[in-house]
Amino acid sequence: MGFARKHLVALEPLAPEEITGILDAAEGFLEVSRREVKKVPTLRGRTVVNCFFEPSTRTRVSFEIAEKRLSADTINFSSSGSSVSKGETLLDTVRNLQAMHPDVIVIRHGAAGSAEFVAERVEASVVNAGDGRHEHPTQALLDLLTIRRAKGRIEGLTVTIVGDIANSRVARSNIHALTKLGARVRVCGPPTLLPPQVERLGVEVATRLAEAVAGADVVMALRIQKERLGRACLPSDREYARFFGLNRAVLDRAAPEAIVMHPGPINRGVEITSDLADSDRSVILDQVENGVAVRMAVVFLLAGGRAEWTS
Amino acid sequence: MDLVIRGGRVIDPAAGVDGPRDVAIEAGRVAAVEARIDPGTAPVIDAAGLWVLPGLIDIHVHLREPGYEYKEDVASGTRAAAAGGFTAVACMPNTEPVNDDAEVTRYVLERAREAGVARVYPVGAVSKGLRGEDLAPIGELAEAGCVAVTDDGQPVSSGLLMRRALEYASAFGLPVISHCEDLDLAAGGCMNEGLASAYLGLPGIPSEAEEAMVARDLLLLRRTGGRLHLAHLSTRGSVKLLRRGKRMGLPVTGETAPHYFTLTEDAVRGFDTDAKMNPPLREIADVEGVQKGVARGVVDAIATDHAPHAPDEKEVEFEAAPNGVVGLETSLALSLKLVQEAGVSLDRVIAALTAGPARALGLPGGTLAPGAPADVTLVDPDAVWTVEPAVFLSRSRNSPFAGMTLRGRAVRTLVGGRTVYLDGRIAAENLDEAEILA
Repeated sequence: MGFARKHLVALEPLAPEEITGILDAAEGFLEVSRREVKKVPTLRGRTVVNCFFEPSTRTRVSFEIAEKRLSADTINFSSSGSSVSKGETLLDTVRNLQAMHPDVIVIRHGAAGSAEFVAERVEASVVNAGDGRHEHPTQALLDLLTIRRAKGRIEGLTVTIVGDIANSRVARSNIHALTKLGARVRVCGPPTLLPPQVERLGVEVATRLAEAVAGADVVMALRIQKERLGRACLPSDREYARFFGLNRAVLDRAAPEAIVMHPGPINRGVEITSDLADSDRSVILDQVENGVAVRMAVVFLLAGGRAEWTS
Repeated sequence: MDLVIRGGRVIDPAAGVDGPRDVAIEAGRVAAVEARIDPGTAPVIDAAGLWVLPGLIDIHVHLREPGYEYKEDVASGTRAAAAGGFTAVACMPNTEPVNDDAEVTRYVLERAREAGVARVYPVGAVSKGLRGEDLAPIGELAEAGCVAVTDDGQPVSSGLLMRRALEYASAFGLPVISHCEDLDLAAGGCMNEGLASAYLGLPGIPSEAEEAMVARDLLLLRRTGGRLHLAHLSTRGSVKLLRRGKRMGLPVTGETAPHYFTLTEDAVRGFDTDAKMNPPLREIADVEGVQKGVARGVVDAIATDHAPHAPDEKEVEFEAAPNGVVGLETSLALSLKLVQEAGVSLDRVIAALTAGPARALGLPGGTLAPGAPADVTLVDPDAVWTVEPAVFLSRSRNSPFAGMTLRGRAVRTLVGGRTVYLDGRIAAENLDEAEILA
């Protein structure tokens, strides 16, 4: 399975088959991570630069492990200690990176559109690892893979996303991908944290958690990101937890085998109670494992890998 | 008689003229507009097939001088104006230093004498340093040649200061130009708050951020007297409020910019920083509301908010990009699109480019009535052309209209009867050295 695009900057423009194709490729890579020798030689001699202009641990580590398991040479570039703190523009940083001829650039940046900005200006393939409040495509892909593996399908499922929808790139990418693959998506959060005209993104909107969760097959909590919250959006964590936090009682309203997801890192006791996060309904650690496989698939497909990879 | 413009279609909404006329010019002024004028020995401009308009006036231009000459200066900005058919521009005070002092006003006017090929009308600051705290010396600014005051780029957030500005400026006959924006509501926004911002994950500016301040300013105007001009109106609601203010008999005028009646927020899709300006591009209902405002004469003036920025300033992440687009060289043709595609009468559109802006700021011109300055724009209404920012006479290139095909173009611009622009070329160093050309 090939992938016709050069970059993965957003899921919004992708066709359903393209998304399914990446998920299928990722299924194969899951097996690689469970081998004793967790490495395939597919991207030997290719260079991948991970540019993180925003702090990140899990996404950066996940990409790095994925790249190393593909035998790519990886270089990490983060904003602390780089020339960005000396006031270099993104354009100059990009030009400097390009001059070193990487094959793939993975970028996380605080500004919406930054991955597209870079993609338009380099020869390398660009993977968006989160651009501001815009999109976080690999997170949504790993969420979809996790759902598909747990439920056997995506089409026809009801997926409820709870939390700060307005400021979440995870929510945006998930909404696009899930609706494209035929899931019914509900979003739920305080109205101060819902984007304008959100229903026109093809989702149902509920401001009461009980309604939003009723009958859902998947319930996804989003992280409350204090650094992105606007002024006067939330009175307190306590109030959020009380009205929008997930717990066992809330989940009882969902479908009998409903799963609970969270993109991490969790604010325990705020978005989700500890006992639920650690319960057998939680697939949070599966998400992490699937993340490596999805990122292997994405980097592999963009770097022009072909189907012989598993052998 | 110094010159006759013969055989064109004169469209002069202020004088109620639309038809084939000859225009006689003497001593820099219009001497006569008649069906047939014998030029005698005077030179003749053959205007057959052309429109003969009062010189276009753009009352919202950032010439950027002093301080930001790398973006634009009086020379390049007035050349862009002349090429776009504009014979006069009012320039905004957010320069470095700010035009909050008569010395700066005099400097701008001096630069205009030396290097300007259009009339330049400086607009002074409302507050010192545009800080929104204390009044600038509005009397001295008026004396030095300012035609209005504004803190444009910054709203006057304080209701008290806006009240005082309206009161104080009225003593000198100056209108206050208001950039209507509730900064608190707009906080952090960089595009319209709507469906496009929901897709892009960019923080939005709701239309109410503009409309709430339009309403505030109208109420203050009612209490204080004075004259109010509302800058760059972008929403349907603002146009409605302006209409209501006029119906109440308030001395208020308003302008909009071509981008607000041409483009929607969808132009921002793809994170195009050349489609970033403040107020932001709105939704289709707003575009239609603004068009209707022009059609009904509620909106008095089309003004470009010509805001040049250097390419490297705009080639950044969307949120980091400065606000503003250039407009002088595309304004006329975009305005004519209203006639071609939106059913607005030609008379209304020409009025909004001539008599409307002249009246809003109390400027001479805007008509070809005998005795008026002989500022004239000759337009080829059938010229079809494609917007190419690379060939703009402006120093900057930040246009959201690149690649758009338009119809109608200025082919000749005369200021005081002298040709400053002819067939793609600037014809003079400054207004004093411009010549009467046939």
